[in-house]
Amino acid sequence: MSTVDYSQELSVVEGRPSLRELDDLISKPLESKPDKKFFIAISFTGLMLLTGITALGASFIYGTGLWGNNNPVGWGFPIVNFVFWVGIGHAGTLISAILFLFRQKWRTGIARFAEGMTIFAVITAAMFPLIHTGRPWLPLYLAPYPNQHSIWPNFISPLLWDVFAVSTYFIVSLIFWYVGLIPDLAVLRDKAGTKVKKTIYSIFSLGWRFSNRHWQHYEMMYLILAGFATPLVLSVHTIVSYDFAVSIMPGWHATIFPPYFVAGAVFSGFAMVQNVLIFIRKIFNYEHIITLKVLENMNKIILLTGSLVGYAYAMEFFIAWYSGVQAEQFTFINRAFGPYAWAYWIMISCNVISPQLFWFKKIRTSIPIMFVLGVLVNVGMWFERFVITVTSLSRDYLPSSWAYYTPTITDFGILIGSFGLFFTLLLIFTKTLPVISIAEVKAVVDGAQPTHKDH
Amino acid sequence: MSEKVLYALTGLFETPDQIIDAAEKTSDGGYKKYDVNTPYPLHGMNQAMKLPPSKLGYAALVFGLSGTVSALALMYWMAVIDYAHVIGGKPYFPLPAFVPVMFEVTVLSAAIATVFTMLFVVFKFPNNSHPLHDTGYMKSVSRDKYGICILAEDEKFDENGTLKFLEELGATNITHQYFTEDSYATWWSVLDKKFAGILAVTAIATSLVVYIGLNKVLYMQPFSWMMEQEKLNPQKGSVLFADGFSMRNPVQGTIARGDLPYEYAVDPEGASKLVNPLPITEANLQLGKVKYDIYCSPCHGFLGEGDSRLRGQFPNPPSLHSEKVRDWTDGRIYHVIAMGQNVMPSYSSQLSRNEKWATILYVRALQRSLNAKESDLQ
Repeated sequence: MSTVDYSQELSVVEGRPSLRELDDLISKPLESKPDKKFFIAISFTGLMLLTGITALGASFIYGTGLWGNNNPVGWGFPIVNFVFWVGIGHAGTLISAILFLFRQKWRTGIARFAEGMTIFAVITAAMFPLIHTGRPWLPLYLAPYPNQHSIWPNFISPLLWDVFAVSTYFIVSLIFWYVGLIPDLAVLRDKAGTKVKKTIYSIFSLGWRFSNRHWQHYEMMYLILAGFATPLVLSVHTIVSYDFAVSIMPGWHATIFPPYFVAGAVFSGFAMVQNVLIFIRKIFNYEHIITLKVLENMNKIILLTGSLVGYAYAMEFFIAWYSGVQAEQFTFINRAFGPYAWAYWIMISCNVISPQLFWFKKIRTSIPIMFVLGVLVNVGMWFERFVITVTSLSRDYLPSSWAYYTPTITDFGILIGSFGLFFTLLLIFTKTLPVISIAEVKAVVDGAQPTHKDH
Repeated sequence: MSEKVLYALTGLFETPDQIIDAAEKTSDGGYKKYDVNTPYPLHGMNQAMKLPPSKLGYAALVFGLSGTVSALALMYWMAVIDYAHVIGGKPYFPLPAFVPVMFEVTVLSAAIATVFTMLFVVFKFPNNSHPLHDTGYMKSVSRDKYGICILAEDEKFDENGTLKFLEELGATNITHQYFTEDSYATWWSVLDKKFAGILAVTAIATSLVVYIGLNKVLYMQPFSWMMEQEKLNPQKGSVLFADGFSMRNPVQGTIARGDLPYEYAVDPEGASKLVNPLPITEANLQLGKVKYDIYCSPCHGFLGEGDSRLRGQFPNPPSLHSEKVRDWTDGRIYHVIAMGQNVMPSYSSQLSRNEKWATILYVRALQRSLNAKESDLQ
């Protein structure tokens, strides 16, 4: 029988790599020319992006009539996609801020990458409300600036809160990401072979000198930012849920929406991060930094948040019955058995049933199975937003105005384009910046910290 | 090339335990101006160097709270004072609805302020002309070595003593780091050709992008700003009507409401016969005053004396108190307003019939104020 020494913390980086090896390994993708696989991948995502650009261009020229949006379903794919992509972003901040506050060391290997995914997901998401307005060249009117109409925005509208929440989220994530990159850029600066590279890295590392007098403030700043980013990430999807919950539409007007949306966002975000990391660790040989243990931990969080989401679905039904409001009761029965029952049951089977398989350690640690489950979770979470948005709107209080919503080929083109944009940015990221935080990983390697034996 | 000046002595260590030990001994040894360079933050180093706790939290607190307060103040001013509108039956000042924006602005300002304070105030970044940059020392500590750096400007520093001190600590690769006076950036480095060139190119590129963006791209399809519409505009051709015009004549024998043609256009004396249809009431005089102040006072002055700011410029605006104008009938004045006179244009498009007559009532009142009739004394 093997004994485990519980007095020793298990190492998060396997195999005691030397610090120099870590540098070289993490900066290898930046120093080598992109290979054939990279070009195949980026031409594929580029093609998806091009599909989206074509669909968007057509929408700009011929108008939003190309979309399936109708009356009463004024919020079709654009809003579904917006909520989906903002949700994807949440995993990054959760990993970099909340897990940091909880001192979860296993986050160090995946934090940088997840933060990058946050930024790209928010960029992708931000596109949708703008095109959904139908006049995407007038977004400035959302900002409270002194204008020639001498009017101000409506501060009691959740849509305006959304503007503030998403833009704050983007800026804070970007700052968080960038200050995390500064020491790594300084490493690259000192390693750089060519003059052009060195100049670029010098500019962006701002002259970082690895001084402990700097590290001291740097760590404090990181703690403060993590402290601010934690309530921020919770607030963002809360406010996104207000877009629904503050209206009086049956199926939307519920107090459970904020926590339910946040759990769902973390759920889908972790599934996406897990999916992408499976490829990254394989392709770049990071298996000892992004260990199987890390993936297992992520699957545990997927299981937890998936169960929360399942609980929320059940509670929505309960409250609809318990409230005694006829319109609410009708909406939920209509969701499960109405014209959109197919979407509802896709959502239930992907979001509620599939993550429950993660109770088994064998499944939690099997890479092919967890990949498939991660994909299913994201399919399910996309359908969740579809179900919430479309079923409520298509059958509201007034039966005479009910209508079935059918997305068009343009809608699908834009959806594919959003995936193309996200993955293209991600691919460019892997070749231009270190996808693992060099300084943070070095600090958690065995033997990297002083033993303080003489104390 | 100016003279080399000793900046510091640097030494390298292999393990974290060694550097912690070295840092403790250095600070115990009375050195103040020294630094430790490590590839990542080491636990316990701040205590070893006896550094006071970072005060960045205060920046976060101050800027975060000012973000909260300014967001609230801004929303209060906009939604309650400057543009008060009842929306959805809610009060002008619904505090709970202001909370989300207050929260976001708090986080935003605190996060930006903390990072900017750290980078630009505490670290004085960007600074790429530090003596340690590009040295072998920096290249080692950025990767896997732990370095200590004792500055020459420290009071206890003396070249041989400190060298010996570092040797005793067990440092390897002890190096003298020099800098030249001219390696420090000075204000005239902004005149550097390369820098000024990049600045000029950036300025021109930015201006071009902004100019083309705002003046050309925004007027292309699809950014047509609702200017391109299918409706018919005056002067625009139309295939709908036989004569090819989009403008239509009124139906034969009809006139638009309130649009009675002025029949004395070429007959000023004939217009004298017109009688003011409006009774002298306070409302009419008030209307006349409003219209007079808007349309007449820019030239004739608020009191009708021709005392506007145009006085002294050619031609002087005439006074309305002259004998000539006082003796004119209301109809004759009406003619001047309707048709204009000399450089005065017609005001028909600005003033309706009733407004013209009301203005005349007010002009009469102004005239009486300077040249009262005997009967006014009673």
